Amino acid sequence: MSEVTQLIHHYLRHNKKFPHMLCAGCGHGILLGSLIRSVHNAGLSKDEVVVISGIGCSGRLAVYVDFNTIHTTHGRALTFATGIKMANPELVVIVLMGDGDALSIGGNHLIHAARRNIGVNAIILNNEIYGMTGGQCSSTTPQDCFSMTTPFGQLEKSFDIVDMALASGANFVARTTAFHAQLTDEVIGQALANPGFNLIEFFSPCHTQYGRKNKYKNAIAMYQDLKSKTMDVDKYKALEESKREGVMPIGVFLKRDDPALETRYAGVRAKLQEAKQKKAEAAKAAQAKPAKAKEPKPDKGAKGKETKQDKGDKA
Amino acid sequence: MAKRVGLEVSLAVADAVKMSKAEVVSAYPITPQTHIVEELSHFVANGELDAAFIPVESEHSAMSAAMGSAATGARTYTATSSQGLALMNEMLPIASAMRLPIVMTIANRSLSGPISIWNDHSDIMSIRDVGWVQIFVENGQEAFDISVCAFKIAEDHRVLLPMGVNMDGFMLSHMIEPVEFPDQSDIDDFLPGFTAKMILDPAEPVTMGPVGVPEVYMEAKVQCEQALINSKPVVKEVLDGFAAKFGRQYNLVETNGKEGAKTLFVTMGSLGETVMTSVDEMNADGKDVGQVRIRLWRPFPQEEFLAAVKGADKLIVLDRALSPGGVRGPVASELASLFHGQADAPEIVNVVAGLGGRDVSVDEFKEIYETAQSGGFKDAYTVWGVMSNA
Repeated sequence: MSEVTQLIHHYLRHNKKFPHMLCAGCGHGILLGSLIRSVHNAGLSKDEVVVISGIGCSGRLAVYVDFNTIHTTHGRALTFATGIKMANPELVVIVLMGDGDALSIGGNHLIHAARRNIGVNAIILNNEIYGMTGGQCSSTTPQDCFSMTTPFGQLEKSFDIVDMALASGANFVARTTAFHAQLTDEVIGQALANPGFNLIEFFSPCHTQYGRKNKYKNAIAMYQDLKSKTMDVDKYKALEESKREGVMPIGVFLKRDDPALETRYAGVRAKLQEAKQKKAEAAKAAQAKPAKAKEPKPDKGAKGKETKQDKGDKA
Repeated sequence: MAKRVGLEVSLAVADAVKMSKAEVVSAYPITPQTHIVEELSHFVANGELDAAFIPVESEHSAMSAAMGSAATGARTYTATSSQGLALMNEMLPIASAMRLPIVMTIANRSLSGPISIWNDHSDIMSIRDVGWVQIFVENGQEAFDISVCAFKIAEDHRVLLPMGVNMDGFMLSHMIEPVEFPDQSDIDDFLPGFTAKMILDPAEPVTMGPVGVPEVYMEAKVQCEQALINSKPVVKEVLDGFAAKFGRQYNLVETNGKEGAKTLFVTMGSLGETVMTSVDEMNADGKDVGQVRIRLWRPFPQEEFLAAVKGADKLIVLDRALSPGGVRGPVASELASLFHGQADAPEIVNVVAGLGGRDVSVDEFKEIYETAQSGGFKDAYTVWGVMSNA
C-alpha cells in the first residue's frame, strides 16, 4: 500500500462503513481524500476535528471518516455547526454540504453563516443536481440543462456560489474541482488555517444523474470538461470581458482574516468576566476595609488564558 | 374504454393527478415520494398536463406555493414524505384554517432519527391535528381512485379543506401493480373543474390569514373543526358516487374475514393487506377472527367504526407509530377514547409493529393472534419484533 493510501485508511472507518455508496466517476471521494490529506498536513488530531454533513450523496461522507461526525437533516448542517463552534470554539469544524443542502433547502443558513463570520469551514460539493433522490434539478443546475424535473431544460438561472459567498461576507472564498486534487488540498489547507467563515466550492461530476442527461459520454468526459473550461482566477481576471464566456475561474477569490464570531464573542465574555471580577474585588475590599486585607490583582493575561478561565467556569 | 395496465403505484398516482387536471404542482424531491412529482414534471413538459410545475427549494416552500396557488382558485397538488412533511408543518394548520383545498399525497416514511427512508406512520401521526381530511389507501388501484376523489372532496363547497392521501412509502409507492385507468371523459364527468368559493380577486378583494385575537380565535378554530367534522358525509357521498360511476366501492371503514368474529384485527394502510391474507388463512383453519380496516382517519368515522366492530370482544389494534411516553399507540388511543364509557366495549390489545420499514409477515400476524388469545399481551401496548440483543 502506498503511503497516501495508508494515510487515508488511517482516517476512514473502513471496517464498519464500507463499501461506500458513491457511483463510479463521482468526485465526492476525491474531495474526501483531499480533506483527509489536508487535516493530516495541518497536524490536527482526529479528536479535535468535527465533520458535519447534511442529506444527500455528500451527507454520507461524514459517516466514512473517523472524526467526530454528525449526519444531520437536509440543509441544516451549517446551523448544527454554528452551535458546535459557539459552544466549543477549540474544535475545528468542517461542514460538507451538497448544492441542495447549501443553496436550496438551507440557502438561508449559508448567507447568514457567512454574514456572521462563524469559524466554520464549509465545503459545498456541487454536482449541479439532486443525485441521491434520482436527478431532479437543483438551484445550481445550469440554465437550459436537463434533469428529471426539467426534461425540456432548466428555465431558472443557477446560483454562482462564489459570488454569493463574496457578497454575503465570507472571510475566505475558493473554488476548485474534482479534476484539481492538488488545488483542492491547497485551498482546504488554507481554509483550515484561516479564521472565520471559509467557503470552498468543489465541482464534483455526477455522471449518473447529471452527465448522462447532458450529453457527457461518460464520467471521464466530465473531468475533461472541468480540465478544459477552468482557469486560474488571477489569469481569468486579466482576461478581456469578451473572452470570459464559458470559462470557469478556480482558485482563491478572497482571503482575509477578520476575527471570527466566536473570537469576538470570547472578547465580550472576557470583558464581562473582568468587570465581574472587579466588582467582586471591590465588594470584598469594602467588606474587609478595616482590616485592609490583601487584594488579588485582576488577571489581565493573554486571550488564551481567558478562554481557559471561561471553560473552567462552565465546568 | 377503461384500460388495465401494470405500473408503479407512484406513477399511477401521477396519472390520477394528470387526469384530475391539476393546474399547479409544487414539490421538492424526497424519497419515496419523488417519482410522483417527477412523472408530473414530465407530463407538464410533454404538454400532457396543462399545469405550472414549480420545482421549489424546500418543502416549506412547496406548501407555501401550493397555498398561494390554491388561494387564487387553481386546482393544486403536492406530495411529500417524512422530514418533508415535518418541514411543511408550519403551514399545514394554516392551509386548513384558510380553507384551501390542496391535495397532497404523503408517501408515509418514518421520521428521523436514526435516518430512515423506509415506511411507517410516524410522519403522518406527527401532524394528526392540523385539521386536514386524512385518508389511507392500501393498494395501487385505491391510490389512483382515491387521488381522483380527493380533489372532489377537498373542493366541495361544503368542505373546502386540504386533504392528505396517505400511502405507505416503498411498500406501496414502489410496487408495480395492475391499475385500471378510467376514460378521461368519465373522470371529467365525475370531477368537473374547480370553482372556488372565495379567492384572491382584485375585483373583490379579501384578506386571508389575518390575526385571530383572543376574542375571535376560538370561534374561528371551532368553525374550522366543524368544517372537518362536516366533511365526513361528503367523503362518503363522493366515494359512493365514484362507486356508482366506476364500480369500485370504497367505504370509510372496511371489514373482511369471518362475519361476527369475536376477535378483530384493526389496521390502517397497506399492512392491512398482509393481515387480510393472514386472516383468510386463519379462517380456513377455523379460527374466529376478522379484520376492520380504517380508511378515513380524519375526521374519524366513529359511527361506521362502532358498527363494524359490533359484537366483537377483542380488538387487536395495529399501530405503525409510537406515541413515546403516551398510554398507547395513536390508533389504539383513538379507539380507547371512542369506547370510553361504553358498556360492551371490547378489550383493546395494542401492537406497535413495522416501524422504520420492518416487515411483518403473514405468519407473524398469526402469532400475534395466538398471543392475544392466550393473554400474552400484558401491557397497554407491545412493540412487536424488537430484537432483544440489537
